Amino acid sequence: MRGEVMTGARTLALVGNPNVGKTALFNALTGLHQRVANHPGITVERHEGELKGSHGQVRLLDLPGVRSLAPRSPDEAITSATLLDEGNAPALEGLLLVLDATQLRRGLFLLSQVLETGLPLLVCVNMADEARAEGVPVDTNGLARALGGIEVLAVSALKGDGVAALRQRLLAGPLVAPAQPRLADIAGVHTTLRPSRARWQAQRRGVEEASLVQEEAAARWRFAATVLADVKTTAANKLRQRSDRIDRGVLHPVFGPFIFVAVMGVVFQAVFTFATPAADAIEAAVAFAGEGLRAGLGSSLITDLLVDGALAGVGAVIVFLPQVLLLFLLLILLEDSGYLSRAAFIADKPFAYIGLSGRSFAPWLSSFACAVPGILGLRSIEDQRERRIAMFAAPLLTCSARLPVYTLLISAFVPRSDVLGFLSLQGLVLLGLYLLGILLAILAAALYDRVLKSGARLPLLLELPPYRFPAMHTVGLRLMQRAGMFLRRAGTLILVFSVLVWALTAFPRPERAPETSSERAAAIESSIAGRIGHWIEPAIEPLGQDWRIGIGLVASFAAREVFNSTLSVVYAVETPDGADADARLADTLAGARDARTGALSFTLPTVLGLLAFYAVALQCISTIAVVARESGSWRFALMQFVFFALGAWMLAWLTRTAALAAGLG
Amino acid sequence: MVSESPTPEIHVSWRALDSLAPGQQGAVVALRGPEAVTTKLAEAGFVPGALITLVRRAPLGSPLEVAVDGARFTLRAEDASAVLLHDAR
Ligand SMILES: Nc1nc2c(ncn2[C@@H]2O[C@H](COP(=O)(O)OP(=O)(O)O)[C@@H](O)[C@H]2O)c(=O)[nH]1
Ligand SMILES: [Mg+2]
Repeated sequence: MRGEVMTGARTLALVGNPNVGKTALFNALTGLHQRVANHPGITVERHEGELKGSHGQVRLLDLPGVRSLAPRSPDEAITSATLLDEGNAPALEGLLLVLDATQLRRGLFLLSQVLETGLPLLVCVNMADEARAEGVPVDTNGLARALGGIEVLAVSALKGDGVAALRQRLLAGPLVAPAQPRLADIAGVHTTLRPSRARWQAQRRGVEEASLVQEEAAARWRFAATVLADVKTTAANKLRQRSDRIDRGVLHPVFGPFIFVAVMGVVFQAVFTFATPAADAIEAAVAFAGEGLRAGLGSSLITDLLVDGALAGVGAVIVFLPQVLLLFLLLILLEDSGYLSRAAFIADKPFAYIGLSGRSFAPWLSSFACAVPGILGLRSIEDQRERRIAMFAAPLLTCSARLPVYTLLISAFVPRSDVLGFLSLQGLVLLGLYLLGILLAILAAALYDRVLKSGARLPLLLELPPYRFPAMHTVGLRLMQRAGMFLRRAGTLILVFSVLVWALTAFPRPERAPETSSERAAAIESSIAGRIGHWIEPAIEPLGQDWRIGIGLVASFAAREVFNSTLSVVYAVETPDGADADARLADTLAGARDARTGALSFTLPTVLGLLAFYAVALQCISTIAVVARESGSWRFALMQFVFFALGAWMLAWLTRTAALAAGLG
Repeated sequence: MVSESPTPEIHVSWRALDSLAPGQQGAVVALRGPEAVTTKLAEAGFVPGALITLVRRAPLGSPLEVAVDGARFTLRAEDASAVLLHDAR
């Protein structure tokens, strides 16, 4: 779907305030004909789709919502860059300005700025169904007249009303540039405005020192009010009343926090109970496919590359999908219904203590599945400082790739006993690791907050939209868009790295193809990865670890859970058909002895240290790459990596030392 | 708070948005504070003459939910104090 060039196609962009239904309209117009493209120059993606008719086609861009053309977040920067950049790659033919029928004045504020770009324009008044439900259908003629003849169409992206007419209009021919002088005529705006495209461009480059001055904004609001003076309009009163009734419970001083905790509890529980079996099934299926492939191809370097490199890599990627998709689905439902912004509203106060705001809440929640979508989710945050702090600390939250490592080590070394008669000790240790992750993220954010010089903070102007029922047909498309983003960002890197790690463990090739598990173990010890393991042994020896764990650490850079499969090879674990590989590995680790001293390789203190190491260390190439890209700074990403590596080492050492002192050995 | 002024006609009494009780409203007189804050507020509709209602406080006491021009926004108390209203009494 990606990369094809549509030459000669006309390009139009959807612009509008946040939450007016741009994406819903984009999906209604383009359906499945969409893909993601990079905006030239900036490293953020935008969605592109196409409209096809009997004569000609139109390329449509879905741009992030903005309240003004003066950008603050990376998301908003895409919008103003697309509208204002000279030499824009696909030259824009014009704009579809999407307005919310129940909030026309807000849309017209933006319109007053969009007019100054001089781009041809079509105004779509969306949510026409809501205006009709209020008994005031959209007054398209009145609005078009008041705007001096700009084309106006009413649509409902949700119900589909007017979408066919809009599609026809877009395909029929070019949009018309509005008459410039109208704006200055209305409301005496010319006394305070010097409208010109050049001025906006100067501001985008930071040349003009002040951003929008207050009087200018006031003049734009006057413009909006004057335009609407003779237009019949309505607010979404019924929807608001219903929302207010709901919020009396949901935002109640006592019940509100309880509901919040309950909703988040359900999200977590759902992600773990439903996704874990699916992930197990995927693992089994990949292993089965690998055996089949090996049996069919015979043993050769190519087979090893395909099975141990590529297939294992694909498996490592798709094994994340159940959890990530389920979390995305729940987040989309919460977001579209309107609860997610209430959750941010509730969470703002505790987040404020560590230099963050309620806006960081949803990205941090995603980080429990995987840090990559979490960090991508920080894009919409306007406050640069907050974005950095949240990005710095998010990888400490326990992502799902840590879970297999935790489960393996806990099941092998933590006694299967109960505490107080009913709480399983193993479960408590796992819970403790989750809490440790949260605590460390809080500490890291607070620390980084103190380190950063305090800059001017932006006000937290989160919109609280009325509650709406999520529209199921767009939920599916949104899920696809986010999953696609995850696969591109994390998936490709995990795949490439899995092959690379395979190469490190497979070369140099032993003279004779290893047949038994002990021959395979010998082969990996003499491989490049084995040498690296030996090479870093002195660094991890104080933690009670040897070169074998060193290999595991190196290999798990592709994705943390690769640790398990690598150790299976290193410790020559035999897994006959039908046996549980992780259970076998756990048994082997529990009985492993040091070749020289004959002492047990792993004791409880050593394992606790290793768990602490994994809780902190940034053992994930995808996260490092995404941080570098999203922050625009490899220095920041490397600083974070080194800091976390040192922190992991120290925490592991402290944990082991404390456990030894407590006599747990 | 009452500002000093020579003629009684332009005596203006105002209070900051964060000092309203839930349900109270007032019209904006002016914004004060750093430019980054006032610009964003103005873009969101907090301009002189606009009618603002403090709807409620968040369950933990902060931030505030504020109604302006048909929309609802969250605003921390320190930012809400930048919005000066005609006294709502
Ligand atoms: N009633 C109604 N709801 C809509 C309509 N279009 C979008 N929505 C809802 O409005 C919310 C925001 O839509 P979205 O497409 O995410 O807005 P965006 O932020 O502008 O991309 C979602 O809950 C949509 O389901 C419409 O025409 N009528
Ligand atoms: Mg959108």
